[in-house]
Amino acid sequence: MEITSVGDSALIVRVRNRFEDAPKETLKEVLDVFRRLENARIPGVIELAPAYTTVAVFFDSVRVINATVEPNRASECLTQKIRDALARGKRKQNRQAAGPAIEIPVCYDPEFALDLDHVADHARISPNEVVDLHSTAHYLVNCIGFTPGFPYLTGLPKKLTTPRCAPPRKEIPAGSVAIGGTQAGIYPQVSPGGWNVIGRTPLRLFDAQKDPPVLLRAGDRVRFRAITREEFEALKT
Amino acid sequence: MNLIVTREGFQTTIQDLGRIGFRQFGVSSGGALDLHALRIANLLTGNAESAAGLEFTQGNIRLRFEDERILSWCGGDYEVCVASHLIPPGHSALVLSEDELSISGPRQGWRGWLAVSGGIAVPPVLGSRSTDLRANFGGLEGRALRDGDELLLGEQSDFARSLIDLLNERRVSSWSSPAEWSSTAKTKSVLRVIRGCDWDHFNASTHHALTSETFAVSPDSDRMGVRFNGPELHRNDDVDLVSEAVAPGTVQVPPGGQPILLLGDCQTIGGYPKIAHVITVDLSIAAQLRPEETVQFQEISLPEAHRLLFEREQELERFRIGLSLRNE
Repeated sequence: MEITSVGDSALIVRVRNRFEDAPKETLKEVLDVFRRLENARIPGVIELAPAYTTVAVFFDSVRVINATVEPNRASECLTQKIRDALARGKRKQNRQAAGPAIEIPVCYDPEFALDLDHVADHARISPNEVVDLHSTAHYLVNCIGFTPGFPYLTGLPKKLTTPRCAPPRKEIPAGSVAIGGTQAGIYPQVSPGGWNVIGRTPLRLFDAQKDPPVLLRAGDRVRFRAITREEFEALKT
Repeated sequence: MNLIVTREGFQTTIQDLGRIGFRQFGVSSGGALDLHALRIANLLTGNAESAAGLEFTQGNIRLRFEDERILSWCGGDYEVCVASHLIPPGHSALVLSEDELSISGPRQGWRGWLAVSGGIAVPPVLGSRSTDLRANFGGLEGRALRDGDELLLGEQSDFARSLIDLLNERRVSSWSSPAEWSSTAKTKSVLRVIRGCDWDHFNASTHHALTSETFAVSPDSDRMGVRFNGPELHRNDDVDLVSEAVAPGTVQVPPGGQPILLLGDCQTIGGYPKIAHVITVDLSIAAQLRPEETVQFQEISLPEAHRLLFEREQELERFRIGLSLRNE
């Protein structure tokens, strides 16, 4: 496993080099590395962040240097501690692996589905078929990023693959359910973005007042369920 | 007791040392873009280093205070005055009830940090009082300050109270922090970098261009990052990189070839190649880059970056001890 520096205060543990060829296995391995490092509680490590093929380890350089006999070998020492932690123990079952899929209600009404026709045209199917395909597929959260709580989902039916819009929109409404290339996602906040918007969820994906602040985490399974405009209003919080 | 914003400035926000532990949920670390400057200003007001203060940008600001407080500020070349007393950077100063503080400039640099004894007492959100302007939470309603905002100040420390007595006559302290910590604007900025994880995706002539040519700061820069105009940095290959963690200090190169230096409010993951990383010690200089200004990058090794950070921390410890002796 390759471990490289991201500046002087973070390292990246590269679990695999590629993602697309084995998304499920890669996610499992990344989450396994994440949990092992979490459990290892290495002195000076302040936070961990998993992404598709990597786990980033952020550290307080001064504490790490203080804990090192030779100050100019701080990174090497930390790298060794990470390797030791990863070598210890057996692979654990991930918490999410057996959990039920989290259901996300989506209203695909034209008012919200800004790019539904475009996605349908691109796939040469009807908008209704897009909705059917999108709402019957099984998805996995591969990572959270871009903006707080934004889930990057794999599992989008191949037929729905749609290139990102160019140029990106300046403002995509909060809750927008979208397709970007081979991935699906949901915009938790109003933000600029280039993905094709095909619906909107009334759920809040990010709430800074809650702990944890997110509805979805890396490793979660997700399903979409089509709802009417009335249900959308009723579910809105 | 409150601090009242009578003139908001251009982008004045509440910031502390940032939000740690929520990157896995896509939340930026944020915080003062020059964490070291805020720590120094806090120490000079008798606050914990992690207390929340104000970050101001290119601003014309006025603040009024309802009771006696100790202030300190660090950053660009601003003129900070209270009741006809000029407060130089890196000093402790006393404001009395109903005094108005004015901040004007900067003649050089871009941002500044003001600490007030007791700290800004907005409720912490996800472990920090920092304003996240992109996701609109933290600080005051997740936004920049406006005219008329009233900010509750926290309880002052015993050290702050002793400073109030001590500065009753002169108003401004005779002591100060080292100038290189409190006045961080440079005429010709040099940012020291270490190699990025995607260094090898670029060829030797691009490496040479990065460390020998001059880059101009684009007006399109903000708390997320500094965009540069300069020589185009091109990759050797067009392999699609998988998105992974980026951090404040990361220099990434989008397809156009114009590098972006990420700052405190940067996104948590990115897919552009990381050619280099500005060292933590030089993020203080990066926070002062103003549009049109030019910078150069200079390569150093990772152990050297750690040594510089460690030395600064040791000096800070000496400074902390020196300050606490004044309290006796």
